Amino acid sequence: MSKQKRTMTLTGWLAIMLMMVMSLGFASQAMAQSADPERELTTSVGAATPDTWRQVRSGETGPNFRDSRAESTYNLINASGESWRQIRNRWVSPFGLIAIGGMLGLITLFYLIFGRKELDEPRTGRKLLRWTLLERSLHWTVATLFIVLALTGLNLLFGKFVFRGLLGDAFWGAMISGTKILHNYLGPIFGVLLVILLAKLFWHNIPRKHDLTWFKKGGGLIGKGHADAGFANAGEKGWYWLLATAGIAVIASGLVLDFPNYGQGRDTMQWANVIHAVGALGLTAVALGHIYIGTVGTEGSLEGMATGYVDECWAKEHHNLWYEEVKDKTVSAEEAGRSGLDDEPAPQRTS
Amino acid sequence: MAQMKFMCDAERCIECNGCVTACKNANEVEWGVQRRRVVTLNDGEASEVSISVACMHCDDAPCMAVCPTDCFYKTDDGIVLHDKDLCIGCGYCLYACPFGAPQFLKQSAFGERGKMDKCTFCAGGPADSKEEEYEKYGANRIAEGKLPLCAEMCSTKALLAGDAQTVADIFRQRVVHRGHKDGAWSEVNRQGPDTAAAMDHLAYDATRQG
Repeated sequence: MSKQKRTMTLTGWLAIMLMMVMSLGFASQAMAQSADPERELTTSVGAATPDTWRQVRSGETGPNFRDSRAESTYNLINASGESWRQIRNRWVSPFGLIAIGGMLGLITLFYLIFGRKELDEPRTGRKLLRWTLLERSLHWTVATLFIVLALTGLNLLFGKFVFRGLLGDAFWGAMISGTKILHNYLGPIFGVLLVILLAKLFWHNIPRKHDLTWFKKGGGLIGKGHADAGFANAGEKGWYWLLATAGIAVIASGLVLDFPNYGQGRDTMQWANVIHAVGALGLTAVALGHIYIGTVGTEGSLEGMATGYVDECWAKEHHNLWYEEVKDKTVSAEEAGRSGLDDEPAPQRTS
Repeated sequence: MAQMKFMCDAERCIECNGCVTACKNANEVEWGVQRRRVVTLNDGEASEVSISVACMHCDDAPCMAVCPTDCFYKTDDGIVLHDKDLCIGCGYCLYACPFGAPQFLKQSAFGERGKMDKCTFCAGGPADSKEEEYEKYGANRIAEGKLPLCAEMCSTKALLAGDAQTVADIFRQRVVHRGHKDGAWSEVNRQGPDTAAAMDHLAYDATRQG
């Protein structure tokens, strides 16, 4: 009895379900016949207009822009990325290489044609204090950091074309990783020290009228005799102001790149990178000139930055106006040698 | 050789984020990294449209071109992969990428970002063992003959993945079925003289499958 009842119930259910399924089929068929084009148009088709895609291309994001990624600040298409790539790879990289290579070539050519700039007259043996211990320490620290940063920077830009194939992946991986760490951690130290050095040397580098004449005479290359120069000649002042402008720009843009924790966007980083690379490559090229003139290019210059003292004769020839001011303050080579190691006791430099 | 591509049919994407979840699950990517994202334009307006975005495995990939360590490479299938052992986390790939695909675990002082992570088209990456590969890059479904999980799990089949030719064929078929000239990523030409006919076609197609 109960079994029969259960069977009947089951059959009833099946019948109901069958009817429901069939009615669904009929219903969809009925809907198909009376599909309303208006309604389909509004429900089945997205209405992204050409304007929408133009807006996407421009990188704008309106108030109703959503990104499912957590804390995303991105737009849909980073259109400036390709511009940055082209600027960096097609312009900055090759022209940076041309600038640096060209500078090396020019310097070599200059050396071969003109040779080392010797002192015109024999040394007197009397010395003048030119750079204090603090200035020299700052200079050499900044110089060392500059060279490390320039080499690591060049490696970041060009290293992959040279070293990866040469040294193999394992070595290259370690090398480029170390490069990035050195560059990113030494950069800010360089920045701080360069600003201190610039402040320290500020009063020596204020442009004067005779600096124009110096430039006109090409620093003494054009015409006869040396051009007038105070403590710093116009060329040195030019290098100073290049560091005070382009150098600061390189440091500032470097800090923007080095501290992404402040949440600056990709566009900012792109510009910072271009400024950083252009400025740094330019400075590296000019620094080669500075290094040449300060070392093999001119007799007596390097000893000034090494010992602090320059020969009286060197001062007279290269910095005549400064020499006139300080010519009473000459010391013997022995005194200079002694105080060069100590913390400069006796002679006070005036400029 | 196949050229693997993603393609998202913006007119089918319903912003369910299933692809995002599938990706996250297939690859077990680290916390904070989301290889795929869904972007919605004009949210809440009549012109709302959504699209799923990740690495698009560009033919001429900007990330490859700007990487200082040259850690990117292209597989024979046209998939752009990168070697995390070489990556130094400089962020250049992120500056260059049109799609915001490269991601970093952190953004700390002194440019400490960790290793870059991005969509691998579920093709893993360079590693010595399968375990290491999974740990570093996630699943290698391509090696198992499978397509990326995001596309496989897309509920409306808006997100397509596979050989460029096949994907293009499927999409072309859809456009034809939709029955209007620019039926891909654009609006129906509502103003033209063919509007009524286009609407008819559209309604007809909607009752079949499009």
